[in-house]
Amino acid sequence: MNKLLNWVDERLPVVDAWNKHVGKYYAPKNFNVFYFFGSLAMLVLVNQLITGIWLTMSYNPSAEGAFASVEYIMRDVQWGWLLRYLHSTGASAFFVVVYLHMFRGLMYGSYKKPRELIWIFGMLIYLVLMAEAFMGYLLPWGQMSYWGAQVIVNLFGAIPIIGDDLSLWIRGDYLISGITLNRFFALHVVALPIVLLGLVVLHILALHEVGSNNPDGIDIKKNKDENGIPKDGIPFHPYYTVHDLMGVGVFFFVFFIVVFFFPEMGGLFLEKPNFEPANALKTPDHIAPVWYFTPFYAMLRAVTVDLFGLDAKFWGVVVMGGAIAILFVLPWLDKSPVRSMRYKGIISKSALTIFVISFVILGYLGIVPATEGRTTVAQILTTLYFLYFILMPFYTRMEKTKPLPERVTG
Amino acid sequence: MKKLIFGLFIAILPALALAAAPAGQLDTMEPDHANKASLQRGAALFTNYCMGCHSMEYARYKRVSDDLGIPANLYEENLIFTGAKIGELMKISMNKDMAASWFGAPPPDLTLETRLRGEDWVYSYLRGFYKDDSRPFGVNNVVFENVGMPHVLSGLQGLCAVEPKIGMDPSVDPLSGDVRNGEVCSEWASEGSMTPREFNSAMYDLTNFMSYMGDPVMLERHRLGMFALIFVAIFFIFAYLLNREYWKDVH
Repeated sequence: MNKLLNWVDERLPVVDAWNKHVGKYYAPKNFNVFYFFGSLAMLVLVNQLITGIWLTMSYNPSAEGAFASVEYIMRDVQWGWLLRYLHSTGASAFFVVVYLHMFRGLMYGSYKKPRELIWIFGMLIYLVLMAEAFMGYLLPWGQMSYWGAQVIVNLFGAIPIIGDDLSLWIRGDYLISGITLNRFFALHVVALPIVLLGLVVLHILALHEVGSNNPDGIDIKKNKDENGIPKDGIPFHPYYTVHDLMGVGVFFFVFFIVVFFFPEMGGLFLEKPNFEPANALKTPDHIAPVWYFTPFYAMLRAVTVDLFGLDAKFWGVVVMGGAIAILFVLPWLDKSPVRSMRYKGIISKSALTIFVISFVILGYLGIVPATEGRTTVAQILTTLYFLYFILMPFYTRMEKTKPLPERVTG
Repeated sequence: MKKLIFGLFIAILPALALAAAPAGQLDTMEPDHANKASLQRGAALFTNYCMGCHSMEYARYKRVSDDLGIPANLYEENLIFTGAKIGELMKISMNKDMAASWFGAPPPDLTLETRLRGEDWVYSYLRGFYKDDSRPFGVNNVVFENVGMPHVLSGLQGLCAVEPKIGMDPSVDPLSGDVRNGEVCSEWASEGSMTPREFNSAMYDLTNFMSYMGDPVMLERHRLGMFALIFVAIFFIFAYLLNREYWKDVH
């Protein structure tokens, strides 16, 4: 066994790679519950890849056969129902863990120097993940698949001059059709997963270059022992591998409760109108995207004024795009001398709380039909969402921070 | 540990809050896929009264026969009218274009109807027909206004002369002592072969069958789910002990 390892190692630096990324990767010893969600995101990604591969074996990517082939998978394919529910629940689980992973970053300042690139790769992963989820949702070819895609692709039509041609180019047809379905299938199962995997590799390489942040937001590399090992660092393996194994257990427990007992999650994970095949002549009463897109959908609908001779819809798209784009520059908006929320002042703490509450309520408003009152609330919350970022350079600079500890605390 | 469970609980909390959907004015029915007698009666009703116009084209006869414990030869003799083989999909011979001209819209496939609209809706709809001479078939429905479907079950239920009361709990008038909303229909235009109670029970069976057809693997899924959860729980105990052993030397 050892001889084989040596033989390989002389030709490929496997021992080096293992040590750099796992065996001698020193992570701070004070990770808390929020540090489970990175490895859980990897777990869900693997789940999506494996169940996805098996689903493609029985799925028929055509307007005529897609809906029936999903029911074929659910009824006639051995374990097909399990593969499908693991995949559909996995999509929602992916966003749950990614949102919590991002919240962790916001809370402990994991985006701040020197981790700006990790944050940017992470944001790109989030962006590709949204495209992946959106295109995957068309594939069952139900009513909500169809009309959801219709609404979102039409958004590109709001762009002046090129808009209509652009949405035509994306659809490949004058309305969502089998042509759109086939190209979304190609992008969903081939193109985007490749990009996603590449970005995940970059995300982790960049992380392992500068080292992990921690709930105290202090640099553990400043305190090293005589061997050059951070005093507050422990090797990722075995300490965090066994630690994450516990997280995997708890995650699967919750995940399986949904997969086996509530696969539709009351219409949140699988929307009811999607049990009816796509029909271009019949619009559903109420079109709502899946829950993980609804905060942005609420922002889109919140914009109701025409400006500079351009349609409100266009400005809605700008606001929605801006809501995601502004996250990319976050590392340069935070001027605080400390990273972690533990040592930031009361303004930062309140700002993050208001931001999270706004985001969650916007998510709710994006699910329910719009009324005049709800639109007003959405407008206020959208403003609060943006103020969190726009005011950040000011409030992080002016507030008084607490002194940082020398070594990590609990 | 506590923090971990708490964190995951917080993670799914928004989903739980949103999962509670508002209920309309419908009667409720609790499907029971383990009640094979009810499912068999429902299958017979569906085949005899519904399948002339409504297909279940994503499902196969064989699966129904196996799951409901109806012997294949009996099933073929009594419950397949199209000459299909038992392994085939449950299609019908009605032409969709012609059906559209007869009813205004072709009768929809019903394999997934309970998952689309819910069991309560189907159960209420089936009992919601009443006499309305302004409609092409002389009937209307309180759950689905101006529906294009005739009341094919009027031979069993009879025909209600007034709008049936759906989704209203019976109550006792405090002054007169009369029971209000005790029966779905208070005045009949014609009598059927079943009493209202028998008809309610038959519609329960029919809805139960449709619920089973929408999600035929549900019982098996719940059974396996328990094993999956027990496995994960045992896995967690070992992961927890392993973690505790390793982390002893971290201070």
